[in-house]
Order: sequence, then C-alpha cells, then structure tokens
Amino acid sequence: MSRIGKIARRTFLVGSAAVVGGVAFGYYAYKRPVSNPLLADLGEGEAALTPYVKIDSTGITLITPRADSGQGAYHVQAALIAEELDVELDQVRVDPGMPDPAYYNTALSAEAAPFRSTDDGLVADTTRGIMDAMMKFMGLQITGGSTTVPDSFEKLRLAGAVARETLKAAAAQETGANIADLKTEKGTVILPGGGTLAYTELAATAATLDPVNDVTLRDPSTWRLVGKEMERIDILAKSTGTQRYGIDFEVEGMVHASVRTSPRRGAMNGFDATTARDMRGVIDVVELSDGVAVVADNTWRAMQAVNAIDIDWAPALYPPEQADHWQALSDSFNADQQDSRVRDDGDVDAALDGAEVIEAEYRAPYLAHAPLEPISAVVQVTDDRADVWTGTQIPRFVQSNVAKLTGLDTDQVFVHVLVMGGSFGHRLEDRVVREATQIAMQIKGTPVKLTYSREEDTLQNDTRQIAMARGRGAVKDGKVEAYDLGIAMPSVVASQMGRQGLPTPGPDLQIVAGAWEQPMQIPNYRVTGYRAPGLAPVSSWRSVGASTNGFFHDVFLDELIHTAGADPMEERLRLCWHDPSRKTLEAVAEMSGWGSDLGPNKGRGVAFCLSFGVPTAEVVEVSNIDGAIKIDKVWVAAEVGRVIDPINFENIVQGGINWALGHAMNSEITYSDGMAEQRNYYDFEGMRMAQSPEIFVRGLENGDTVRGMGEPMVPPAAAALSNAIFAATGQRIREMPMAKHIDFV
Amino acid sequence: MKLTVNGTEHEVDVEDDMPLLWVLRDELNIKGVKYGCGVAQCGACTVHIDGEAVRSCQTAAADVWGEVTTIEGLGTPDALHAVQAAWVEHQVAQCGYCQSGQMMQAAALLATNPAPTDADIDDAMNGNLCRCGTYPRIRAAVKTAATKLQEV
Repeated sequence: MSRIGKIARRTFLVGSAAVVGGVAFGYYAYKRPVSNPLLADLGEGEAALTPYVKIDSTGITLITPRADSGQGAYHVQAALIAEELDVELDQVRVDPGMPDPAYYNTALSAEAAPFRSTDDGLVADTTRGIMDAMMKFMGLQITGGSTTVPDSFEKLRLAGAVARETLKAAAAQETGANIADLKTEKGTVILPGGGTLAYTELAATAATLDPVNDVTLRDPSTWRLVGKEMERIDILAKSTGTQRYGIDFEVEGMVHASVRTSPRRGAMNGFDATTARDMRGVIDVVELSDGVAVVADNTWRAMQAVNAIDIDWAPALYPPEQADHWQALSDSFNADQQDSRVRDDGDVDAALDGAEVIEAEYRAPYLAHAPLEPISAVVQVTDDRADVWTGTQIPRFVQSNVAKLTGLDTDQVFVHVLVMGGSFGHRLEDRVVREATQIAMQIKGTPVKLTYSREEDTLQNDTRQIAMARGRGAVKDGKVEAYDLGIAMPSVVASQMGRQGLPTPGPDLQIVAGAWEQPMQIPNYRVTGYRAPGLAPVSSWRSVGASTNGFFHDVFLDELIHTAGADPMEERLRLCWHDPSRKTLEAVAEMSGWGSDLGPNKGRGVAFCLSFGVPTAEVVEVSNIDGAIKIDKVWVAAEVGRVIDPINFENIVQGGINWALGHAMNSEITYSDGMAEQRNYYDFEGMRMAQSPEIFVRGLENGDTVRGMGEPMVPPAAAALSNAIFAATGQRIREMPMAKHIDFV
Repeated sequence: MKLTVNGTEHEVDVEDDMPLLWVLRDELNIKGVKYGCGVAQCGACTVHIDGEAVRSCQTAAADVWGEVTTIEGLGTPDALHAVQAAWVEHQVAQCGYCQSGQMMQAAALLATNPAPTDADIDDAMNGNLCRCGTYPRIRAAVKTAATKLQEV
C-alpha cells in the first residue's frame, strides 16, 4: 500500500453526529474532531453526508472547498466525489461551501516540511505528519502549491464512498432488501427487482442512520471518470459568456467603488477630491488607511472620479530605483545573510581549489500576476454580520481579517467564494477585501463592489520575487564534478505571511526551492540561500521560488555540461539518481527526437526541475531567423502519479508553458521613483498567440503519490529556452526577460 | 441615446464618452463582455458592431454606429454558434475570462475569411490576450469552427 493510503486511513476516520433533520459525517481522527460546517444550516429532511456531500429533496450538492482559478479544480474535485458516489457530473450542483477549518489543506503542509519529496524515510514522513497536524490546528483552507489534487485524491473519493454506502443502507431499511443485493448508478439505488430509488428520496432516511464507514475504495481499473477524458463541468458556461465571475457579481442596492492606494506602497500625506466630488454619479469619497476611494453609481464613473483626485504619496519604504534592488541582491551573498544550506554534498571548496572554475551570474526580475480579471470584491457590513463575495484562495484569512476590521466575530462573517478569472497566486492576497470592508463600514447596510482598474491592479501587485544567483563549478573527465550555487532573493513567505500578521521564524526554503532538492548526484554539490530584506513586497507567483530557481539551477548545470563536452541529455541522465525523474528525461528525449539532426540555424535545449513533488523534463526547439529567435516546439514529460483528466491536464500544461515562456521572453516589473514603471498589458505582455509554440505533453504515472500540475511545468521552461538558444546561436542568456539580450520573432 | 444590442433597442442615459463596455456591463447588465485592460490591449471586451469586431472599452457610447452583438447574441447554451460549439468541443477554456472576446474575434474573422491559414489566425487573434495560455486550443477551435461553418 502506498504512503498516501496510510495517511488517508490515519486522518480520515469518519464519525457522525445526529442533528435535527439530518446527519453529518466527516470527523478527522486527530486529537479532537473538527466541527462540520454544513450542520449550521441543515434544513428539515436534509442529510449532510460528510462535509463534501449534501443531499436534500431538491438535489445533490458536492462541496469543493479548493478554489478554482481556472485550472479545473472544481471539476477535478467533483469528479473524485462522483466517481465513488455513482452520480454523473451533469446531475450535481457544485458549491465551494463556506470557509471552515474542516477543509484544511493537508498537502500544502507536507510540502512545507524541509524534506525532499523524493525522501520517503521515517524522519521525513514523521515531520510531514507534524506539519500536517499544525496545519489542521491553524485551519488553513488555502488553495495553492498545486495541492488540490494531492489533498483531495483520497479524501474526496472516501467521502463519496461513505455517502454511497449509507444511502444503500437507507434503501435497505426502506425496502427490506439485502444491502449486498443493491447497486448504485446515476444518483439512484437499484433494487434487486430492477426498481430504483433516487438518492434525493433517500436523504431523509439516510439522516437517521449511522454512517457506513467500512468502505473500500474501488480499484482504478473500474473507474468510470477518473483518468478518462471528461467534459469539464464549466466548459459550456465558459464557451457562451454565461459563466459569472467575481467582477460580475451583483446584489440588490449595490454601489460601485474604485480606489487608489499608494503606488509606493506606503502612506498617503493628503489628497484633494474637490473635482471628483462634483463628477456625475459620485456618491461619496472615502479616505482609507493608505489611500482614497470613490463610491459611485457605475464602475466607470467611480474609476474616472478616483483618477481625478490629486494625491500626495509618502516615499516608499524600499529602494526607489531598480538599480538599488539589484545592488541589494548583489550585496546579499554573505555569511550574515545566509538563510539556508540544506544541500552540501562532498567537499565543494576542495573540488574547486586549483580547478578551472566556471563562474556565472543569473538574474530574474519582479513579475506581476496580472490575471485577466482585475481584482474585485463585494462587501456588505451591518451591525451584526458581514458578507463578502469575492474570488479568493484564502477564505479563512478573509473571514478573520474582515472580523478584525469590523469588530464582528468570525462566525458573523460570511465569505462567498466566487469563480476567478485567473489568479496565478494573485488571489492569495486579500488587500481588495480589506479596502472594500473599510468602504462598506462607512456606508453600513449598503453593499459595495470595489473593482480595481487594471492600472491599480498592476501598481498594487505583490509581485513575484526578484532574484539573483551565482554559480561556481568545475568539470573533470567530461563530467560535472563540482556545482556550487548561491541564490539571493527576498523571502516570499515572510512578505506574504507578514501581511497576514503571521511570524515566519526560521529559514525560508522557497529561497532555494527548485534547486536544493534536485535528484542529481554531483560529487561536490552545494546550494546556499541568501535572504535579501527590505525590498518591494513579494508574493507567491505560479511556482513561487522555483519560478526563478528552476532557471538558475538548470542553466548553470547546462553550462557545466557544455564545458565538459558532454551531451546535455546524457549527462543529466547520468547524474539523476531518482528513477521516476529519469523516466521524464527519457520520455522527452524520445518525444522530441533528441539527438536527431535539426539542420542549420536551429537548436534544442533540455531542462529538468523537480518542484511540488513533480519531476518535470522539457525540451524546447528554436529557430534562429536572421538573428531573431522563434520558439517552434516544446515537449513536456511530467511524473504526476495519476492523471485525473487527460484533456484538462494537457490544457493546463500547455498553458503553463506559455505562461513561463511568455514572461521569460518579454516581461518584467521595474521600479522608479518608488513605483512600478509598468501599468497595463502594453508594457507587461506575457505571451500572445503569434509567439505561442506547438506544445506536446505527456503525463507519466510511475510514482505512487498523486500530484498536482498547476505549477511544476513552469520552472524548467525558461531554462530549456535559454539552453536551446545557446544550442542555436552560441549565445548564453543568463537574465530574464531574455528580450533584453536577444530578439524574438 | 438609443442602442440596439442583440436585437433589442435600449434607451440609455449616459455620458457621450462612457465606453460601450461599461454601458453594456453596468447600465444594461450584459455581463458576458469583460473588462480586462480598458485600453484595447487585451480584447476581453470584444463585441461586434454591424458584424465588425471592435474593442468596446475604446468605443464611446455616442460613437456606436450600428447594431451591437455581444457573446450572448452570438449563441446560447441551447443554440450554440459554430464558434462556441468548437470551443466546447476542444474544451478551450481554463479560467475562461478572455474567451468571450476570443470567440467574438474568431467569429468576425471567419465571417470575412472562411478558411484562414495559421498565419491568418495568428494575425487576427494576436490582440486577444489569454493569460492562461490556451492558444493551442484556440487555434484548433478556430479551424474546427471554420469547417463547421463551411458545412452549413
């Protein structure tokens, strides 16, 4: 039995509690049970079967507590429940539910432990367990870190199975049939005579029974949905303009607001809103703690008016000019700022002493998330409750912060999670909700929708970290002999958690994520993290630390391999000790025809990165067209344990490659006068269709742990591109955006 | 002023320079049309005016010269336009926020160029940003839609 099986049994012993009109399932078997959030509003005749399934006379609702920012998370969660519950996806409603500690994220805590995902040893396992218990204690219902699939894979199928078996028991009680003779299909129990009873008809009886806990998960060979091509539950709505997003949400009596807070992310000295107050549709001008908002009868009028306010901003608390940010990183490579050295194999200093040392420096810029739907939130505050409607990945933090601002208790704050038009980590921040709450407190009882302009969204973006790396290495007898990489960046975790008022003691392993834990056997191998404090606010951007470190680690490895005169694919395979990782390299080699002759003015690059537990190998093929680079094709092989839906998987991986390569070529956020210099998509473009390559994807299923694929395709992509450009042109690009150094078609 | 949207005439009381995007979204509650950038850089707000694809965020209300069609007027879940059917078939959407604009742009392309080449598609669609990066599926869906439309 795999490890995930053991963990699931340990953490998912299902208990039950009888309540008026229903019963609820879903206790975890740690030190004390987690209360069931569905009990609060159970009606007569409703049965809540586990915190993930709710059935009443009107229908079946699957609760999908991990947010969906566009990667099909609702769909995947619903499919996992439906697989065991024996319902079709077009028979059910999907509801993200209310934030609650019961929906804590087990997998995210496991990845926070300082052990490689390839480490199955006792200490690693035990530590992951402790982190898990802490996560439960804190009740962190967070969507992130590609954890939706690993966190849900067993939990949600078990929830479906317990519900199914209890409904069968209800049918047996009602009809006198033997449970063993009952079957289930399409939301009904099939009786021995061929008659059927709908789950909805059985809900009231099921509520009176003890849950059937003795369930066995079905063998994968019998799955109807999981692993098969499915139609995503939201695809019709998203193909007809009928999907409603956070920005579309309306509630009776709502007013519209727009805001400007300091583009220097500091204080406001003062403002003059004389002009704005007289503009058409303006209802009110509201001063916030660090900015000013206009409330109006229409989004555009609010934006026009807020832009007409003259505001005096205090200086930034970080260096005003971009060159100073780079200098701060450059100055961070010292013993006082050393944050971690969790990889230190062999004797690097001895190996480099007297050897011909290869040295290189790499840079990666700040980047905006810039999901296409600008940030928004609707908040209504009254004397005894607050309601928040917004697209968020952190509903529990939102609930707690609104409670603090309003003075209400957390159970008086209701967070309704709405569909998101992209996130990429952006909606792990909740500034917009705090601002909307401050406005709503000034006009109590009136719901306020706060919508950021694109410009405000860009200026207030807590960006991807800026980072710099320095490599020193040596080769011997055609092989990589010594590899020493230092990485300097601000701590994303400290910056992000700091905005939630949470301390983050100890090293931040995101500073070296995507580098320190690579499954490579280099005889002398060292990775050191350096912390650079006092820079601009940073946050989790798709793949977090690995988004920069995957580039640094693999391009430097490629430089050493070329210096050694070895084949980039062969040498990576020789160095890689982890069999599932080797298989991803072998797969992309085969898919891309590695080693075949490409002809003139073309080049291939390979890169590998293990991140979020997913070994991912990629090959990029480029053409050099009169000195300008065109990305022709990309091949991706990733080991995820199990592909839940092959169509969604391919789409997400292709999209992630476009995400990674678009930013690697074209994008950066830079600071001047304490403000981001970029404002909108004309100066922060990412990938557009004309530059988008053909992308071929293969998901491997050799591992025994199911992993999520929201992020792991990102870290190797820029490295594979840099390595391909070197192969095609002989020019080594060590800085993103690469367009600063070479033209792209 | 009067506006005809998806075959229905509306009387709206707005400033001449209010962008059509906000007239549609906030005054007429037509939410399929999306705000992404406000400066014609992303294409999420694309609608048709007399069949031509335009960026509604850069079209002043007073300048609307003909009948407006939004994604809701192109087809519905019960009666899909060929472009929408192709978007479903290829499961193009991830977050889906840009896709209304993508489909309106694609429909306008296919109305004037029934058999576009890859280069035609790239040229016509390059102004429509998809931050999720669904471009491979958009390309494939445009081709499928072209085939479907030619079969009609």
